[in-house]
Amino acid sequence: MSENISVPTMAEMMAEGKQPEVLFWVGCAGSFDDRAKKITKAFVKILNRANISFAVLGTEESCTGDPAKRAGNEFLFQMQAMTNIEVMNAYEVKKIVTACPHCFNTLKNEYPELGGNYEVVHHTQFLKSLLDDGRLAIEGGQFKGKKITFHDPCYLGRANNVYEAPRELIQKLDAELVEMKRSRANGLCCGAGGAQMFKEPEKGNKDINIERTEEALETKADIIAAGCPFCNTMMTDGTKFKEKEDTVKVLDIAELIANAQDL
Amino acid sequence: MSILPNILFAVLLIVGVGYFAKNVKKLIRNIKLGQDVNRSDNPSERWRNMAMIALGQSKMVKRPIAGFLHIIVYVGFVIINIEVIEIIIDGLFGTHRVLSFMGGFYDVLIGSFEVLALLVLVAVFAFWIRRNILKIQRFLNPEMKGFPKNDANYILYFEVVLMTLFLLMNAADLHLQNVDGGYGHFTQVGSFPISQFIAPIFDGMNSGTVYMIERAAWWLHIVGILIFLNYLYFSKHLHILLAFPNTYFANLNPQGQFDNLESVTNEVKLMMDPTADPFAAPANPDAVPAKFGASDVQDLNWVQLLNAYTCTECGRCTSSCPANQTGKKLSPRKIMMDTRDRLEEVGKNIDTNNGVFVPDGKSLLNDHITTEELWACTTCNACVEECPVNISPLSIIMDMRRYLVMEQSAAPMELNNMMTNIENNGAPWQYNQMDRLNWKNEN
Repeated sequence: MSENISVPTMAEMMAEGKQPEVLFWVGCAGSFDDRAKKITKAFVKILNRANISFAVLGTEESCTGDPAKRAGNEFLFQMQAMTNIEVMNAYEVKKIVTACPHCFNTLKNEYPELGGNYEVVHHTQFLKSLLDDGRLAIEGGQFKGKKITFHDPCYLGRANNVYEAPRELIQKLDAELVEMKRSRANGLCCGAGGAQMFKEPEKGNKDINIERTEEALETKADIIAAGCPFCNTMMTDGTKFKEKEDTVKVLDIAELIANAQDL
Repeated sequence: MSILPNILFAVLLIVGVGYFAKNVKKLIRNIKLGQDVNRSDNPSERWRNMAMIALGQSKMVKRPIAGFLHIIVYVGFVIINIEVIEIIIDGLFGTHRVLSFMGGFYDVLIGSFEVLALLVLVAVFAFWIRRNILKIQRFLNPEMKGFPKNDANYILYFEVVLMTLFLLMNAADLHLQNVDGGYGHFTQVGSFPISQFIAPIFDGMNSGTVYMIERAAWWLHIVGILIFLNYLYFSKHLHILLAFPNTYFANLNPQGQFDNLESVTNEVKLMMDPTADPFAAPANPDAVPAKFGASDVQDLNWVQLLNAYTCTECGRCTSSCPANQTGKKLSPRKIMMDTRDRLEEVGKNIDTNNGVFVPDGKSLLNDHITTEELWACTTCNACVEECPVNISPLSIIMDMRRYLVMEQSAAPMELNNMMTNIENNGAPWQYNQMDRLNWKNEN
C-alpha cells in the first residue's frame, strides 16, 4: 500500500511554485518511532484519499522542543523553536496539522510569542472539519458495532480543551463509544508527558500507564483509541503488561478511519 | 447603664482588627517578594472568573458531596456575618438589636441566619466525620500529619463554637423578650425559628441568670469571631479571603501553554543574530545576570506566592495527580504547602533582621521540595484543573525544573541524553535528521 502514498515536501512544492493548503507536521515520534510511523502513514492515506493539498517539511523538520521545555531546558526549547519558526516563516506557512498533541500544543501556544503565528490543528480536528465540509466520508467498515473507548491526551484535552472532535469521529464509525471512569477534563494521564517518556519513572507502587490501561480495560472495549503517539505507546505497553494485547487493540483515530476505509 | 462594656468592646475591636491588619500587611509584603508578572490583562474575564469560581463556587461542586457541604458553610459564613454588623453597632453603643427597625425584613434576616447556623452545624459535623472517621485518602497523605491535620479540625471546632454561641445568644434573648413585664431593653424583635427550641431550657431560671448567659454568649461570640479572624493568617483557612484575588489573578492562557522565559529569549536571539557583536559591551554592565528558574520563593512570581497562601490544603490536586496515585512522592498540595512554609520562614527572617533578608543557607529546593518530587511530574495539568480556586502547583514545579536544568545541569541522566539528542540531531532519540522522511518509503 505504502508505495502509493504521495508525500510532497515544502521544498518540492516551492520549487513548483505551489503553496499547500496545510503543512503536515509529522513530529519526531511520527517520523522515527515504528509504531507511530503507522499512524503517520494512515493519516497520509486519508489526506491522499481526500485529495488534500498538503506537504511535510521532511528533513527540514526538527523537534518542536516540547520535551526539552517540559524537562526545564528553556534554552534548548527556544533554540529549536526559533529554528523551526525561521524555516516555516520562510515557506510562509499559514496552517499546520499534526497528529501529536505535544507538537500541537507547543506550535499553537508557545510559538506565537517567539514569532511563529500559524493556525494549528490536531489531526482529529482537521479530519472532523473535512468531514463537516463534505470532503471526507467515513464509514464504519470493520468497526461497526465495536466498543471503542477514547483516551484523552493531556495536551489535547485539558491543555487545549479539545474533547469532542476525536469522539465525533469515533461515532462516525458506527462504533459504540464507551467512556472510562475518568475522561475528558478528568482524564488520567498515560504517564508519558512532561518528558517522562524519555526516563524511568520515580519510585512508586505502580506505573501510571498500567493504572490507565486497567481503567480502559474496565470498559470492556474492543479498542482503545488514542490521539497521541506517546499515549499510544504507553497504552500498548499497558495492554501487553496485562496480557491483553491480542484482544484489545490500541489504535490512533487516524488508523481507525484509514482501516475502516480499507486504505 | 455604665459605658464600661462599650469602651471594652471598642478596645477589643481595635486590638482584634488592628492585629489582623498588621498581619495582612506582612502577608502583602511577603507576596511582593515574588517576581513581577503582569496579570492586568482581560479584566472582564478575570472578574467573571472571580464571580464564577470564587463567589459562585463553580469548581467546588465537581465533587458533589464535599461541594454541597462547602456551599452550606460558605453561604452560612457570608450571610451570618451580616449579623456581625449589628453586633458591632450594639457593642459600641449599647443598643439592643439596632437593625430591628427593618421590621418584617429583620425577622426574615434573623430567621435565615438561624436556619443557616443550624445547617452549618450539620455540615461541619459531616466535615469532621470525613476528616477523622472516614478513611478519605486525600486527608491521610503524609503532608497532612501534625499541624495541617489539627488546623483543619481547629477550624471546624471554631465554627461549632461560634454557631452554638450564636444560637444560645438568640435563645436567651428570646427568653428575655418574653419575660412577663419585659426585661431591660429586650423588646420583642426578630424571629427565632431554631433558637425557640433552645429557649425552653431557660424556663424557670432567674431572669438575671439568663441575662448573664445572654451577655456571656454575646461576648464570647464576638470575641470568638475576632480570634478566628486573627487565626486566619496562621491557618490554611486564609482561603476565605484570598480565593477572590487568587481566582482574579489566575492564569488565563490555555493550560498547556507554559511561559517562554524572556531572559532566555534575549540570549537565544542574540545567539542566532548574525549581525550581533560578540564583543559588544553589555547595555547595563551592573545588571545582575538573570537567574533561570526558581530555587527559592523569591524566584517565583507573586501570583505563585499568592497561590501558596490561598491553598486550603483540600488535596483535590493530590488525589487527581497520576504520580501521587501510583505511589510516587510528588504531591501537588505539598508543593503549595512547602512554598508557603518557606515563604513564612523568609518573612520571619526579614522581620528579625530589620527588613532585610539575611541568607539562611536554606532554600525551597532540597530543604522543602526534593528533586525526586519534581521529576515525577508528568505536566498533565490534572492538579490545575482540579483546584477549586485555580492554583497552579505545576507552574512552581516547572520553574524549579528549569533551575535544576539550566543553573545546575542536574537533570536525570536519561533526560540529558534526550536533550543531547535534540541538540545534535533534532529528535529526542538518536536518529539522523536526514532520515526524517524515510518512513515514506518504508513498508
